[in-house]
Amino acid sequence: MPASAETRREVEKGSRVNPAAAPVLLVEDLVKRFDTSEGSITAVDHVSFSVAQGELISLIGPSGCGKSTVFNIVGGLVPMSEGRVIVDGEAIAGPHPAIGMVFQEESTFPWRTVLDNVAFPLEIAGMSKSERLERAMRYVKIVGLDGFEKRYPAELSGGMRQRVSIARALAFTPKMLLMDEPFAALDEQTRLLLGDKLLQIQQELKQTILLITHNITEAVQLSDRVLVMSYRPGRIKRVVRIDLPRPRTSAIVSSDAFGRYVAAVWSDLREEASLGMLSEETQQSQPHQGST
Amino acid sequence: MVGAASVIGCLTAVEALIGTGVINRHVVPLPSQVLLAVPRIIIEEDIFDRFLMTAGEAAAAGFLLVAVAIPIGVLLHRTRLVCDAVESWIGAMAAAPLVLIYPLFLVTFGRNAATIIMIGFTAGLAPVILNTLEGLRATRRVLINVGRSFKLSRSQQFWKILLPSALPNIFLGLRLGLVFALINVVGVEFLINFGGLGQLINDLAERYDLPAMYATIGCVILVCVVFFMTLERIERWLRPGR
Repeated sequence: MPASAETRREVEKGSRVNPAAAPVLLVEDLVKRFDTSEGSITAVDHVSFSVAQGELISLIGPSGCGKSTVFNIVGGLVPMSEGRVIVDGEAIAGPHPAIGMVFQEESTFPWRTVLDNVAFPLEIAGMSKSERLERAMRYVKIVGLDGFEKRYPAELSGGMRQRVSIARALAFTPKMLLMDEPFAALDEQTRLLLGDKLLQIQQELKQTILLITHNITEAVQLSDRVLVMSYRPGRIKRVVRIDLPRPRTSAIVSSDAFGRYVAAVWSDLREEASLGMLSEETQQSQPHQGST
Repeated sequence: MVGAASVIGCLTAVEALIGTGVINRHVVPLPSQVLLAVPRIIIEEDIFDRFLMTAGEAAAAGFLLVAVAIPIGVLLHRTRLVCDAVESWIGAMAAAPLVLIYPLFLVTFGRNAATIIMIGFTAGLAPVILNTLEGLRATRRVLINVGRSFKLSRSQQFWKILLPSALPNIFLGLRLGLVFALINVVGVEFLINFGGLGQLINDLAERYDLPAMYATIGCVILVCVVFFMTLERIERWLRPGR
């Protein structure tokens, strides 16, 4: 089912996209089906959205709604069933150099120092050693890890390791940073502080970011727009434009406006999250029903 | 320090048990007598040359394991069909007493060091192959996806991500493989009476010189310790950050 006209209008109205400027990312009628033993399952159903230069967009939804599937498709790791994904003017056919990916799981290379981890994509690109180390050091400083560049990941906290992953993705100067629940494994305080760090990075580098998250606070704190996904099959249910002032910090979470935006997102998400929970309970109870 | 103290403690306990007759001194000599036999085997039995010979044979088997067994493990990881066909047989090989087919090696290579090295190599094959394969398989999916996101070629994925990730398992396999190789090297030296520490153990046993025999066994353990320490240094150099 194609995205509703209402959703499309909201996307165009709320995107602050200059019609004359091409978006960094354009996703059109994205569909992903998986073949399982129980038949074909549609995980993502005609999802459309765009991300303009310098925007930070969050994609939020209940567990199992297809957010990570969208992440993997846009990142070129998984093929789509239907639709188009245009990155920097090119239709993707695999991982694209314009996209830097930050994964949910900890993804630093344990055998490389912080500096060597960040320099990794530059090494692959064939840059000379002195140049890549100098450039990597710049991004180590941007994420606030100067002084730790010679340490190994085992000597760092979870939040620090995730900063290394962010620096590594940035070192390649991607047009867009694609992040899949990067702070999911961290405690709330660390999450808020890293959110501050991400905002600083975005403001300093004018970085375009697509953030996949299930955390409403995080989505509202960081984003220009929040795209709310429905439970399976995943569709864009609503686009919430976040008109909080920039530059922002985590102090914004105590404002009334922040609370209103969180409530707005939750009002749509709650229904979808309930559907997801009900569906899982039904699946779990089915083997028991068969035995009685 | 703790290791050395525990060894000394055990030897002291054994000394006391033998001295009080709990352990038969005609089967196990007093540790103090074994220690006193060390200068004798150094002077009279050419222990250094034998040590070097056994260590050299085991090291040669080890180099062959690195050159052959690790690439076999890599090949099995890349070709699923071949891996499914042979993995169980390689596992079975690990449990088989390969030293019993030493006459086949004797006929093939002759009564020389080549036979000993090849038996050692064959005995060490299975643990190195299986641990290499396991190490490559155990590479975390997210690290492979990081490589894909940076558009690494297959060769780059292997050298920059898969191999470093698998190194701990590979070195575990090499340690096991070297132990198997050394056991078989000493065993075949013993069986075919051809030089090295194994032959000396055989000679001393036939002469019923138990303290010297146990002292020579201690030298075999020393070979193992040297190999393990060397492997550990190499692993730390290749895989820092552990």
